[in-house]
Amino acid sequence: MNVLVYLVPLALALGAFGLAAFLWALKNGQFDDLDGAAWRAISDDDLPEDRE
Amino acid sequence: MTAAQDLSLFVRRPLDGVAAMDLVVEGVHCGACINAIEAGLRKQAGVRGARVNLASKRVTVEWNEGALEPPAILERLEALGYPAHPFAANTVDSVERAAEQQLMRCLGVAAFATMNVMLLSVALWAGADSDSNSATRDLFHWLSALVALPCVAYAGMPFFVSAARALKAGSLNMDVPISLGVTLALALSLFQTIAHERDAYFDSALMLLMFLLAGRVLDQRMRRRARDFATNLTAVRADRALKLVEGGEACETPIAAIHPGDLVLVRAGERIAVDGAVEDGRSEVDQSLVTGETMPIAVSAGAAVYAGALNLSGALRVRVTKEAGQALLDEVNALLAKAMEQRSSYVRIADRAARFYAPVVHLTALATFLGWLLVGAGWQHSLIVAITVLIITCPCALGLAVPAVQVVAAGALFRRGLLLNSGEALERLAEAGTIVFDKTGTLTDPRPTLANGADIAPADLALAGSLALSSKHPLAKAIADASGAKAPLSGHEFPGRGVSTLHHGKRVKLGSVAFCNAEAEAAPVAAAFPDASLIALKTPERKVVFAIRQGLRSDARETVASLARGHEIEILSGDRRAAVELVARELGVARFESDLKPKDKIERLKTLSAAGKRPLMVGDGLNDAPALAAAHVSISPVSAAHIAQAQADALFLGERLAPVADAVNFAVKARRLMVENLCLSLVYNAIAAPLAVLGYVTPLIAALAMSGSSVLVTLNALRARDA
Repeated sequence: MNVLVYLVPLALALGAFGLAAFLWALKNGQFDDLDGAAWRAISDDDLPEDRE
Repeated sequence: MTAAQDLSLFVRRPLDGVAAMDLVVEGVHCGACINAIEAGLRKQAGVRGARVNLASKRVTVEWNEGALEPPAILERLEALGYPAHPFAANTVDSVERAAEQQLMRCLGVAAFATMNVMLLSVALWAGADSDSNSATRDLFHWLSALVALPCVAYAGMPFFVSAARALKAGSLNMDVPISLGVTLALALSLFQTIAHERDAYFDSALMLLMFLLAGRVLDQRMRRRARDFATNLTAVRADRALKLVEGGEACETPIAAIHPGDLVLVRAGERIAVDGAVEDGRSEVDQSLVTGETMPIAVSAGAAVYAGALNLSGALRVRVTKEAGQALLDEVNALLAKAMEQRSSYVRIADRAARFYAPVVHLTALATFLGWLLVGAGWQHSLIVAITVLIITCPCALGLAVPAVQVVAAGALFRRGLLLNSGEALERLAEAGTIVFDKTGTLTDPRPTLANGADIAPADLALAGSLALSSKHPLAKAIADASGAKAPLSGHEFPGRGVSTLHHGKRVKLGSVAFCNAEAEAAPVAAAFPDASLIALKTPERKVVFAIRQGLRSDARETVASLARGHEIEILSGDRRAAVELVARELGVARFESDLKPKDKIERLKTLSAAGKRPLMVGDGLNDAPALAAAHVSISPVSAAHIAQAQADALFLGERLAPVADAVNFAVKARRLMVENLCLSLVYNAIAAPLAVLGYVTPLIAALAMSGSSVLVTLNALRARDA
C-alpha cells in the first residue's frame, strides 16, 4: 500500500494540471472561435515566400 | 457615399495610444478569408493588428491612435471584398458571454473532481472496500471528500443560486431538488466517512453536477450564438443617418449618437432612420413597415415621420423628436406596455414538472424516514435511507430532459433560418392553435416587384428599365430589376415626378401617371391590381403603365397551405380591404380583416385567446409590435421594425416564409420529445426510488442509474434534429 503515498498525489497533481490548462485556455480565449481555429491550423501564413 | 462618417461611437481604447474597433464582416466563410482580411489589414499603415473570429463573423482591428481615421478601415475592407459594419458590443452580449465563461469554468472544475473521485471510487468498487482494508477505504473516502467538497461548493453555484432565488420568490424550480440532493449526498457521505462506514456518494453527486453543467453550457452556447447572429444583423442593417452639422454639412452618424433636436437629411430612396417631424422638404413616404399601408403618403413640413418609413421622391430634412405628439408611436408604446403587463407569466414545462415532482419526492423521503423508524431501525439508519432516497431521486435526467431537446431543436432551426429569442418559445409555439399573419412585409416580400410584366412588350420594358436605372426612386429599381437592363440612359430627374430623356431623337418619360398624362391607360391597370403603385412610360407613340407591388413571398402559398392542415389561419392587416382581400384569396385564407389599428389587432388576439385558441402572431410592422407582445407566441421576419423584432419570440431570415412552418413543426416534435424525456426520467425514478426506500441502493447502483438515465434522455433529445 506504500505505493499510494506517491500515486495518489501524482494522480491529483495530474488532474489539477489538466484543470489549470483548461482554465488558462478558457481565459486566453482559446474557445472563442472554434471554427476559425480549425482553419488556422492549415493556413500557410508562416511560409517565407508568402511575404510580399 | 460622399458624406463624412462619424464612427467615434464604435472606437474603444484598450490601451493607451491604441484604438480598437469591432466590425461585423460580410462574406467570411473559410481560412482563405481569414488570411485575406488579416494580412490585408495589417498592410495598412498604422494598423497594429487584426483578428478575425470566424464563428461570429467578426473582426477586431487595433491601430495606433491618430495614425489613421476609422472610416479608412471600412474602405480597406470594402476594397478587399468584405463589406464591414462597425458595431458596439452591448451590455447584454457581455453579460451572456461572462455567464458562459463562468459555466465553462464550473464544468471544468466538476469534470476534474469527477475524474479524480471516480478514480478512487472505481478502486473501492473493485474490492478495495473489503472490510479487511477499512483503513484504505477511509483514506479514499477522505481523499474524495477533500476533492469533492470545495469543487461542489464552486461548481454547484449556478444551481444553488437559482434554487435560492426560486425559494425566496416562494416557488419551486428544478434546481431546488437538485441542490438539495447534491448537498445532502455530500453531507451524508461526509458523515459516513467520519463514522468509518462503507457507503459514500461523492462520485454520484459530482457526476450529476457534471452532466447538468454540460447541459447548461450547451444551452447557453446555443443562445449566445443566436444572440451574436442577431447583433450582427443589426450591425449590417446599419442604422445610420445623415446628421446635418453646423455649416450645412452632412455627416453619416450612427443612430445611437443622434439625439432629439438634431437635424437629419433623408435623401430620396433612403429609409428614414429616426422618428421626427419634417422641417422642410416635400416627398412621398412608404410607411408600409410602420402601418402596413402600402399606398405612399405625401408629407411636407410639419408632418410626423417614423423610423422605418421609406422616403420615395424628394429630400427631407427631419427634426428628431422623442417627445409626445406623435400619435401613432404613443399609441403603440402605450398598447405595448399594457400588452407586456398582461402577458401571463408562462410556466415552463420543466418548472411545471418540478412543482409536481419536488413535493412528491420530499414527502416520499419523509415517509421513508418515518417508516424505517416505525419498524425500529433507529433514527440514524432511517435518516441515511431517507437521504439515499433523496439522492437517487435527484432529478438529474429531469434537469436535462427539457434543455437537451431545446438545444438540439434550436440548433436545427438555426440551420433552417430561424432564430429563437427565448428557450420557452418552442414550448409555446407547440401550443399554438390559430396562426395570425400580418400581410405587408410578412406574407408579402418587402421589396417591390413588377406585377404586370406579362402584359408589357419586352421592348417597352427594356426601354423603361434603362431609363429607370438613372433614377433613385425605389419603384424605379423594381422596373430596372424586372427588365434586367444594364446600360442606363442618362435622364433628367424631376424629383417626385419622374425622369425624362431624349432617346433616338424622341422624348421619353418615365414617372408618375400624372407626369406622363397616362390617366386613361392607368385606370384598367389600377382595377386589375388594386394594391399596386403605378408608374407610366410615355413615348411619342404610346403610353404604358407598370403596376408595382409587394408580391407574395415565393413560397407563401405552400407554407400557408401546409400550416392550414393543423391550424386555423387568419390575416389581420392595417392595409386597405381591396389589397388584403386579393392576398387572402390568392392564399386561400377565408378569415381576414383589413384597416386594423394596433389596438384592433390586440382585440382580435384577445378574442382568440379567450376562446382557447392560443394565437401565434407573425408580423413585422411597428403597428404589429403590441400584437406580437400580446400573442401567445410570435415570429417576425428579420426585415421587421426594431420595436417589432424586440417583441418577437423568434426571427426568420431570408425571403422565404418556410421557416415559420418549420418552426411550428419542430416545436410540436420538440414538445413531444420533452414530454417523452420527462416520462423516461419518471420511469427511472419509479424503478429506482422503491429500491432506495427499501434500503438496497449502494453507491455503485446510484452512480450507474443516474448516469444511465442522463445518457438515455440526451440520446432521445438528439431526435429533435429533424422534424
